[in-house]
Amino acid sequence: MTIMKDAPERTIKDLEGDVHPDWCPGCGDFGVLKSLKEAIVELKIPSHEVLVVSGIGCSSNLPGFIHAYGVHSLHGRAIPVATGALLANHKLRVIAVGGDGDGYGIGIGHCLHAMRRNLNLTYIVMDNEIYGLTTGQTSPTTTEGHKTKSTPRGNVEKPIQPLALALAAGATFVARGFSANQKQLTELMAQAIAHKGFSLIDVFSPCVTFNKINTYQWFKERVYDLDAEQGYDPTDLSAALAKSLEWGERIPLGKLYQVERPVYEDTEPLFRKGPLVDHKLGLDKATFDELLGEST
Amino acid sequence: MATEITVGIAGAAGDGLDRVGDTLARAAARLGLSVFTYNSYQSLIRGGHTWLRLRIGEKKLTNHGDRLDVLIALNQDSIERHVPEVASGGAVLFNTKLECDPDLLPKGVRAVPIPVADLTKDLGRLPPVMQNTAALGALLHLAGLDVEVAAEILHETFRHKGEEIIRQNVGTLRAGYEHAVKTEKPLDFKWKFSRKRRPVVTGNQMIGLGAAAAGCKLYSAYPMSPASSILHWLATHSEKTGIVVKQAEDELAVVNMAIGAGHAGIRAMCATSGGGFALMTEAIGMAGMIEAPVVVVNVMRGGPSTGLPTKTEQGDLNQAFGASQGDFPRVIVAPRDALDCYEATVEAFNIAEEFQLPVILLSDLYLAEHRSTIDADRVSPDVKIERGEWANGTGNGRFRRFRLTKSGVSPRARPGTPGMMFIAGTDEHDERGVLVSDEHTNAAIRRKMHEKRMRKMDEVLKRLPAPKLEGPSKAKVTLVGWGSTHGVLEEAAARLEEDGITANRLHLKYLYPFHGRKVKEILSKCKRTIVVEANYAGQLARHLRAETGIEAKHVVTRYDGEPLDPDYVVQRVKDCVAGRAQDLKVQKAEAREMAYHYIRIHLHDEARPARVSKGAKGRHGEPVFDVELVSRKGKEPRGRLVIGRETGAIHAYEEQGA
Ligand SMILES: Cc1ncc(C[n+]2csc(CCOP(=O)(O)OP(=O)(O)O)c2C)c(N)n1
Ligand code: SF4
Ligand SMILES: [Mg+2]
Repeated sequence: MTIMKDAPERTIKDLEGDVHPDWCPGCGDFGVLKSLKEAIVELKIPSHEVLVVSGIGCSSNLPGFIHAYGVHSLHGRAIPVATGALLANHKLRVIAVGGDGDGYGIGIGHCLHAMRRNLNLTYIVMDNEIYGLTTGQTSPTTTEGHKTKSTPRGNVEKPIQPLALALAAGATFVARGFSANQKQLTELMAQAIAHKGFSLIDVFSPCVTFNKINTYQWFKERVYDLDAEQGYDPTDLSAALAKSLEWGERIPLGKLYQVERPVYEDTEPLFRKGPLVDHKLGLDKATFDELLGEST
Repeated sequence: MATEITVGIAGAAGDGLDRVGDTLARAAARLGLSVFTYNSYQSLIRGGHTWLRLRIGEKKLTNHGDRLDVLIALNQDSIERHVPEVASGGAVLFNTKLECDPDLLPKGVRAVPIPVADLTKDLGRLPPVMQNTAALGALLHLAGLDVEVAAEILHETFRHKGEEIIRQNVGTLRAGYEHAVKTEKPLDFKWKFSRKRRPVVTGNQMIGLGAAAAGCKLYSAYPMSPASSILHWLATHSEKTGIVVKQAEDELAVVNMAIGAGHAGIRAMCATSGGGFALMTEAIGMAGMIEAPVVVVNVMRGGPSTGLPTKTEQGDLNQAFGASQGDFPRVIVAPRDALDCYEATVEAFNIAEEFQLPVILLSDLYLAEHRSTIDADRVSPDVKIERGEWANGTGNGRFRRFRLTKSGVSPRARPGTPGMMFIAGTDEHDERGVLVSDEHTNAAIRRKMHEKRMRKMDEVLKRLPAPKLEGPSKAKVTLVGWGSTHGVLEEAAARLEEDGITANRLHLKYLYPFHGRKVKEILSKCKRTIVVEANYAGQLARHLRAETGIEAKHVVTRYDGEPLDPDYVVQRVKDCVAGRAQDLKVQKAEAREMAYHYIRIHLHDEARPARVSKGAKGRHGEPVFDVELVSRKGKEPRGRLVIGRETGAIHAYEEQGA
């Protein structure tokens, strides 16, 4: 990643996509998009060095609304596509985005493995506790008892705790934001993008159309800022785990955890010669003869 | 006639067959001979039965053949199973610890016991696998091959293990050799050695090497037989080849990583077998839609489902055609031999990048795992690398990544380039990548974009060489095959000709897009078209019908897990010509094999099948075989297995005297 100190001043406008988001008015994803742009501007990352990769869902439409490189991939596959792009060119700033269904449902396997792999990847999940694009079915984070289109008698499955999973899987940066707390969210995103290693930000991003339970009001009544918590140490895994499981009357927002651990990119010997995209193609005669010579 | 020998080595998994087979194969290859080996094994890490055949000849060998001249038996079971197959003029080699019942020996076959313990008593305590090396020494004398070359290979193989291990191995080899010199006349094999060293390779290895030569930079994989050896080879050689090797959590991740990497501007490949390929299919369609290059190798094994993990089949042609929803451009290539694996892989990368689409390479277990010599002069790292069109200029932030062009190929830009930002979406989109899928309707853009992508197929077809008829232009039968069976069909055609049935061949490497017009032109002039393929349904025959309207007269299939061999093809073709149906009942040899398995599982390996005869009618609702079992030692009757000839069911085990 390049964080250019003396780069020409970039503004949010430079990141404006030429398509206006077609999310429902009031959708939480607007706030996420705004914070992401602000964070990129704050970090002075040139937009052409950013690759935003998403899956499928309302939230996964985000790459279309930001003027950077983007892949709007398959449902649940944002992370492996992003991983491949990052392995090809680890100078790119790769940011994966998507919904709770995309990341914690169909894509949960990739999500956990990417965390333990500790690639230099940021993953932003717009968690609205519902499947928005498919018009309101239960999601892996849907509250117990919540009546959705697919659970008319109420959801009977226990919602997963993504932040606890992330901590257990070895993510080195774990945070939670709320799309209505714009300032904090921007700050968290900037920290996550600047973090060396895998960063997850789970963002409460209300679906105003299909989730009548987890509304802005519902969150506002419950969330509190971890920064205000006396003596909270974000390098303490057990403390972070306890916070990650806190749910119900009080739900923490902010950075739960951050540590440094070698990133995957540092362990790959071939990366010492620079990003793979810049490597020479093919084999020289001596290497080729040596490889084939092993078989004689 | 060119000299040729087939050596069979039989034992249990863990008996060290691979090492001894490897030494023999490489020794013959260093003498300038042609080698073709095939290992038939089961999904077991230890025990069971493993059967390695090495065909060695002066003339170029294109398949593992169907005969046996010398048997090296590493356990009792192997003697009993395979001795009856040895051809007259051959020999059976075994440690004196074992016994070879003279009644089993076919006429003209010699039993050569080797007193391994006596011969090697001065070499210190040796592990049991050393009996293989002693047998190899004896074989080299009997077969008239050069013991020095084998000694040289053992030196190299064990160099890293120190002098003592080298001394033991080479000492054992020489002890076996000298024992044979003293006690046995050589068999009747006269060789001319060119001593032009030939590499002994597998198809999988050549795919790995081809990928490296083509400039592949990322190989992602999830282990699955028989594709795993590509992973192992590339992982071992990652730094030399410059390919980053990443094992991922599943095949979904594997293929999506490769596509992400291709999108970002490098060459990436992944390989799997049918089950993994099934998981990859949605993403293969994505590659077609976002116009990202990717090479996906499907090394087929017996299906359906988990199927036959260690057996071969050509059963995934339909899957390759049907992989993923909707129409999108894709290319399907089936290499015919190990050398072709190299060339086809290089070509696959070029096509994938030039046309920005997924290329599927269809190999199979037979091609992936058999080892054969290749002519080192015919492979070179000096390959053409064509990366296709790249957009230049700044694009001013309004780059049309999916620009409508005549060829369907739109110049691409590498993410990271200033001013060329775009979005690649799996939803239908316009030239700039902006989605049209959520507009009320945009039939025009949809049509234009779809046509643009599909136009690439015409361009690819123009580039692919059209298939040609091989052999005489006029023939009684025309054998049509695809992929790995090329060598088998070549030899089968030659043998048919000797038997008075002239045969020519049409072999298809490029299955999609397909040279339908050309194939139709060729086949409509052929008298009797016989499609030969290793699957149940005749998947190529169906494809031929779809693409040319030609219905093959016959389809010869094989789906029992064993590879096609020349004899099998010759017999089936003769059946076709004579209007006979193939006999699909359980065969005697198959009943015997089932008895061995029964003995291993239920009788602790303490018996062996003796006579197999047609049993009495009536009791089991189908004709049966009676397999008499006798004790290993002393040949006392142990009992009788009754095996159904229609169903293969083991109806009863009747214990002697019970
Ligand atoms: C393989 C596959 N299965 C199902 C779908 C249908 N689908 C599209 S989006 C989606 C769920 C989206 O939920 P979420 O990821 O939470 O995103 P949101 O719309 O809530 O932002 C589903 C099931 C699909 N596109 N692909
Ligand atoms: S359906 Fe829900 S998630 Fe989708 S755009 Fe509307 S408010 Fe947002
Ligand atoms: Mg959702």
